[in-house]
Amino acid sequence: MTDAPHTMSRRQLIRHSAWFGAAVGLAVVGGEVISHVAGTAEAARVQGRPTLRFAQVSDSHIGFSGKANPNVAGSFDRAIDRINSLGYVPDFVIHTGDLTHLSTPEQFDQVKQMLTGLRTSHVFTVPGEHDSVDDAGQKYRSVFGAGTRGDGWYSFDIAGVHVIALVNTLNLKKLGHLGTEQLDFIAKDVAPLPSDTSIIVFSHIPLFAMYPDWGWGTEDAAQALSHLRRFSSVTCLNGHVHQVFSKTEGNVTFYSATTTAYPLPHPGDGPAPKPVTLPAGKLHDALGVREVSYTRGQSDLALKERTLQ
Amino acid sequence: MPERVVLLAAALAVVVLAGCSSPPSGTSPSATLATVSGATPGMPGMSGMPSMPNVPAGTSASVTAPAAPATGDAVSIDNFAFVPATLTVRVGSTVTWTNHDEEPHTIAASDGSFHSPGMGSQATYSHTFPTAGKFDYICSIHPFMHATVVVTQ
Repeated sequence: MTDAPHTMSRRQLIRHSAWFGAAVGLAVVGGEVISHVAGTAEAARVQGRPTLRFAQVSDSHIGFSGKANPNVAGSFDRAIDRINSLGYVPDFVIHTGDLTHLSTPEQFDQVKQMLTGLRTSHVFTVPGEHDSVDDAGQKYRSVFGAGTRGDGWYSFDIAGVHVIALVNTLNLKKLGHLGTEQLDFIAKDVAPLPSDTSIIVFSHIPLFAMYPDWGWGTEDAAQALSHLRRFSSVTCLNGHVHQVFSKTEGNVTFYSATTTAYPLPHPGDGPAPKPVTLPAGKLHDALGVREVSYTRGQSDLALKERTLQ
Repeated sequence: MPERVVLLAAALAVVVLAGCSSPPSGTSPSATLATVSGATPGMPGMSGMPSMPNVPAGTSASVTAPAAPATGDAVSIDNFAFVPATLTVRVGSTVTWTNHDEEPHTIAASDGSFHSPGMGSQATYSHTFPTAGKFDYICSIHPFMHATVVVTQ
């Protein structure tokens, strides 16, 4: 990626590695130590501990100002607090896009600063269409594009799971769009993987047709998913629609996440997907964050939705 | 119990390495991460950072100030729709779009000949059409919104 000012320095990387190494060492013996410190409930939880635990946050829309939520920054702070008080440190946090409302440098700066308050080893992002309003994602990539490929997509392996982060908010005609270069990336990326590898895919716009009339779908998703058909477990996590929803198609399960900013109508409820203003005191029930855990040997991921109330 | 002393020392080492407030023992992340591309995408979270910077609570709304009232031909954006959906103007006319929604929108020509910045609530955008033709455009944020400007001689 071009002009990435936040590339991890060698020293940071070494510090990272040291942290990971020490943490693994502690995890091996952690059960006994904890059983004397924090009581049996904690010990039981540690023994049944998943292989991978991460949190998803989405659609913070930093910079939005409207009656549907007059303080989106305050709500996002609340979401960060929720993640920081899960009782464990998630292996990473993914923000599935619409970090900003209007892609201004100030909004990118603010959301990046806020994300550094997350207690986790790593924060991943994908862009939303609000993060690429007028520049095909250039400002987004200058802030969050370090280490990514193409227009900001990437993949990584963690705890035996293969994670693919996609960009489907550029060159929009009506629906989300991946494009041939990214489809080629997906094909080559998964080619060497054994078919029993668990796959997790992040994107902003849903990879399933949730409601195409409002742009809630991705026109070339079927081609992307065709490369994933041979895998026994594929989980796609998206944002964009500001509401929790899930759907299973064959080997693939899709989970739409809620937002930390403001709710949108249910599909087709009203003329347009415009911000919904809830009665006083109800907003934080509609906002939330998501916990995701994976335990080796189990094909399904476990999801837990937490509201900001 | 000498073994436990060693464990505590290990825990302290973790705290020092993380450079942050200590998470409860045994709740720390254990999964290691490998990227296919070599470089690590994303950014380190707080556990991977030397210290937690103070988060400034700066406001960053950037609603464009409404421009002068439209003098030429006007298109209104209401409820995620361009009104009128087809506007016919003479060559050389300036068309002004005004966003009456709370949500931001853009004006993006399908042929790439013009593209507004993100227009916040009540913001306007103007474009002058120097040549005749049929110009389809969408909102690049909500691409299901589409309309046309027909420019006649």
